[in-house]
Amino acid sequence: MRASPVREVTPAQAQEMIEDGARLLDTREPHEWRAGHLAGATLLPPAELPARIADVAPQPEQPVVIYCASGVRSLRAAFQMASLGYQDVVSVAGGIIRWKAEGRPVEIPSNTPAVASNPRYARHLVMPEVGPDGQARLQQARVLFIGAGGLGSPALLYLAAAGVGTLGIVDFDVVDLSNLQRQVVHADDRIGMKKTESAARTINALNPETKVVQHQEMLTQENVDRLIADYELVVDGTDTFETRYTLNDAAVRAGIPVVHASVFRFEGQLSVFVPFEGPCYRCLYPTPPPPELAPGCSVAGVLGVVPGVMGLLQATEAIKLILGIGDPLVGRLLIWDALDGSFSEVKLRRDPSCPACGEGALGAGAKHQPATELASA
Amino acid sequence: MTMVRIPPVLRAQAGDSKQVEAAGDTVGALLEDLVGRHPGLREQLLDDDGGLHRFVNVYLNGQDVRYMDGLATAVREADTLIILPAMAGGA
Repeated sequence: MRASPVREVTPAQAQEMIEDGARLLDTREPHEWRAGHLAGATLLPPAELPARIADVAPQPEQPVVIYCASGVRSLRAAFQMASLGYQDVVSVAGGIIRWKAEGRPVEIPSNTPAVASNPRYARHLVMPEVGPDGQARLQQARVLFIGAGGLGSPALLYLAAAGVGTLGIVDFDVVDLSNLQRQVVHADDRIGMKKTESAARTINALNPETKVVQHQEMLTQENVDRLIADYELVVDGTDTFETRYTLNDAAVRAGIPVVHASVFRFEGQLSVFVPFEGPCYRCLYPTPPPPELAPGCSVAGVLGVVPGVMGLLQATEAIKLILGIGDPLVGRLLIWDALDGSFSEVKLRRDPSCPACGEGALGAGAKHQPATELASA
Repeated sequence: MTMVRIPPVLRAQAGDSKQVEAAGDTVGALLEDLVGRHPGLREQLLDDDGGLHRFVNVYLNGQDVRYMDGLATAVREADTLIILPAMAGGA
């Protein structure tokens, strides 16, 4: 009589099989996995088993040890696998709860290994430049957006889709009908809603694994240091010179890179300011122009897709910085002309006399004048 | 004549042109010729002493002229000059 392909074993027996080379599967949910799992296990939640088992365990003749929390789900999964032709599947009786109670070791994921087997990121995981390590890095990343507007909308969506773990949003505004020509993170039925809340809803619907931190306030000299302190990278989508200088000076003080973009009518500009590695915004423009010489988009207009394209280029630079791949736009300003369909680039240099990052600014008392005071000086 | 690229924010003062031609052996001479042809640009580009405003950058073949010889930087006809004032729009 042929033995059943499915058995229940004790943790001790399971451990022996694992040491002998059995494939080890964890059939729980990602949040359970994150609290600890057996070393060498692959996460395969029950709902994903039929579709993914052939990839995870390609040889039906190889013995498989499968466990869950208490042994119920894993026994069901074992029978399911037997029906698919697997010849030796053992379920750990009592599951990881008994395993731990017996003092056997578990691994607490230092990052979130769930991402390494998450089908959501399959197109990232197959590329060596991202892969499981890069995806885990994206999951750990904390990126702050100044503004959930025209630039922030596409950048937020794509960074969330890419699996960036934490997105902070600083915006004090509410959604207005005139925003919707380009601010695609919001929606018609959210007019009047706080932009941070509206953006959080869209992001959560796209990728619930991304945590959104809402900072419903205006960026000022008083709160900027506190706001940026918890983040490793800032995406600047502000629309006034004052906030751009406030952000720049604080980011230089804190050593946090800023991915910068601005748009006007049919044109956009983009650069990456990495403090002390390349120039900062003040190296480029030490003082803002007087208001009458610098009309904003509300006066001059902007083609809706222009912030869309520039925001996505910001998202691209942010991902490059997080993963440490490619050549970020440090010390280079990219100019896109939508009507010409052309990109051009100019070289930016650090200004040794820059009031924010120059030699004189590094010493004690490197307090920087707000932009408005410099402008009127 | 050297090709000068006019940024969108200044085009209204340059006959709505994206590119205009100007003559001069140096960046300074070229800008003087430019504002002579388009007087509306003078206030936007140059201060009362004829110097370049600090919120306007000028790039000769992609290089900031401030890190070359400033307004004295030599210009040839085949060169391209890009004028780039600070822009804040986040839309």
